[in-house]
Amino acid sequence: MNTSRTALSRWSCALSLLLFASPVFAQAPAAAEQKPFKLGVVTFLSGAAAGPFGVPARNGAEVLVEALNGAKGPGAYAKKGLGGRPIELVFIDEAGGTTKQVSEYREIVQRQNVDAVIGYISSGDCLAVAPVAEELKKLTILFDCGTPRIFEDGSYKYLFRTTAPSTMDNVAAALYVTEMLPGARKIAGINQNYAWGQDSWADFEESMKVLRPATEVTTSQMPKLGAGQYGAEISALMAGRPDVIHSSFWGGDLDAFVLQAVPRGALKKSTAVLTCGETATHKLAGQIPDGTIIGARGPHGAYAPDIELNRWFRTIYQDRFVLSPNYPAYHMAQAILGLKTAYERAQGASAVAPSQDQVIAAFEGISFETPSGTIKMALGKGHQAIEETVYGRAKTVGGKLTFVNVKRYPAGKVNPPDGVKSADWIKTALKPGK
Amino acid sequence: MSPARRTALGLAATLLLAGIAAPLLPRWAGFLVTIAIAKALVALGLLLLMRTGLVSFGQGLYFAIGAYAAGVGADALEFTDAVPMVLLGAAAAGLVALVLGLLLARYRTIFFAMLSLAFSMILYGLLVQSSALGSTDGFNVAARTVFGLDVASPVGRFGVYGLAALVAFVGAVGIDRYLRSHLGRLAPAIRDNELRVEYMGASVRNVVHLHLVMAAVLAGAGGALTALAVGHVDPETAYWTTSGEFVFVAILSGTSSVAAPFAGALILELLRSFAYEHAPNTWQLVVGSVMLAVILFLPEGLWSVFRKRRRAAA
Repeated sequence: MNTSRTALSRWSCALSLLLFASPVFAQAPAAAEQKPFKLGVVTFLSGAAAGPFGVPARNGAEVLVEALNGAKGPGAYAKKGLGGRPIELVFIDEAGGTTKQVSEYREIVQRQNVDAVIGYISSGDCLAVAPVAEELKKLTILFDCGTPRIFEDGSYKYLFRTTAPSTMDNVAAALYVTEMLPGARKIAGINQNYAWGQDSWADFEESMKVLRPATEVTTSQMPKLGAGQYGAEISALMAGRPDVIHSSFWGGDLDAFVLQAVPRGALKKSTAVLTCGETATHKLAGQIPDGTIIGARGPHGAYAPDIELNRWFRTIYQDRFVLSPNYPAYHMAQAILGLKTAYERAQGASAVAPSQDQVIAAFEGISFETPSGTIKMALGKGHQAIEETVYGRAKTVGGKLTFVNVKRYPAGKVNPPDGVKSADWIKTALKPGK
Repeated sequence: MSPARRTALGLAATLLLAGIAAPLLPRWAGFLVTIAIAKALVALGLLLLMRTGLVSFGQGLYFAIGAYAAGVGADALEFTDAVPMVLLGAAAAGLVALVLGLLLARYRTIFFAMLSLAFSMILYGLLVQSSALGSTDGFNVAARTVFGLDVASPVGRFGVYGLAALVAFVGAVGIDRYLRSHLGRLAPAIRDNELRVEYMGASVRNVVHLHLVMAAVLAGAGGALTALAVGHVDPETAYWTTSGEFVFVAILSGTSSVAAPFAGALILELLRSFAYEHAPNTWQLVVGSVMLAVILFLPEGLWSVFRKRRRAAA
């Protein structure tokens, strides 16, 4: 009797705290002068993708927004926040699956009333959130996910993506291989068994077969995501004696694969093509064999152009976090600077904040400067970015990893034109001589 | 008033209240309640199994089949209304359980739990391999109408919510009546002593098989409703963590009333949403602590709070 009453009161206390305390937190006092622009930022803060992707992206958003709010941006980005309006960040964890993400998206849009959302590393989350963004009519910028299906299968008004689709990574990898390794004929792949890995391998295999019809596939290994142990797969790869081993591994899986393959000589006998290799180069400097082909999903990290904006971004990032920014941090910078450019263009000389529709109209088809160079919103009726991409080969000099034979591929060469699906485009446009 | 009628009346009143509240609720809350109802339907099936003495760690299997069936119904069979999609989801899940039940109904305790888990992980593996169904990225599912009402219209936008509430009402009243029926009363008897039930002349295996199918139909309907509310399906629905969450809801709620899973699922969804907002880095810790608190202070689940109060009043 007594215990049940205490339990009951304990519960009602906890519940009432839960229900009534939250709105109090939510209604923090507004800034004195201009209403801040509330920006929802969704990236992985927990789980396997948090370390290599989510947290660097969050860090990138934090330092960049802080600098912009302090009106410390260089060149065209010197204005405070967004056209003088400070930016207020609301972070949400991307972990938990698509149901949770759709639920959280509705929550930040409808309850916290954010003015725009930047987010999503997982392609599944991007696909799930896309129709909801249209339904809720909220400006949403996808910043990192790679699937080309979003703007190839649908048409959106409120949705933008400031990163090129993943097709580019594998088409450019195939172009680089055919150019740098004229004798390479036998290819093999090791990719994670989920949409990203399957699509990456399909694009690379198809591109290689178009560029070099004599290409022969010895094996395509598809271990599961996060497997960690690749002994059997490495044996299978080595058995076929391929000239090239393609992998779209990322994060801990990539580190584990490199650490297990190097002692067995697998990456010496065959040349590895690591399309997301850049994130691993920071930690595995002494391990990656010379000649390994490394990509960074665009001109990011070590491949970023030597321009003032890039030097500035690297400095503010390193001052706070010591490490250099990796490509998800660069992707985040692209999304924030794209929004800033569109917002300030929509505002023009007026002192009044532009409406969401005006920002969207200004966003469609623009070009803007980022630490990774110029981004153009060229596909999906001006909603999908294209950018150049870069590949190079690793060379360790005095214990430091450097890149040689760096080759830049202009955006138009590695991305399909607007309205053409990447799968069809690979088959027709890549043919030698075209 | 008989207890069965009291439960039915109570549920009908809740349904009516939910209908009246729908336009008053903020839109994010409408979505949250829909998801909570869909998950509670799966937990309702688990309640039936737990009363029979079985814990399934594989309800994600039927949940995923319901969700994918709704999606395939929209894409391949060109359903445009949500109602046939939910019916298809429930039927497909029931059919799979009918076949798998031939094997599953023979097992008990940990063997039953592990076997059901294995089946759901097989489906997960198959879905991840199938690029036609979008592999891990899944695909979008959308119904244009609910009961013939356009989802974009002012009334129609409550369609999926209303449909979920209706399915929940039918499911809860149905299970409540069933549990009070002759066959339903065998459930605790089977849990306590199977041998005696057999001596009484009832077939334990048939009853277990029937309960598996009933739980699967509920999970299938829950999956289809989730797919429609979220607008997207992916293989995560069949993953063991999803199944684990349903067990979590069932334990959090307790098995004493058919209304318990609905209260439990709603509290879990609210809790998680607020934890996400105020502790984006440590929300798992908050949810875990609440689970721990429930196990320590309310070992019979949240619903035992109401029951104890009623007993104290009597």
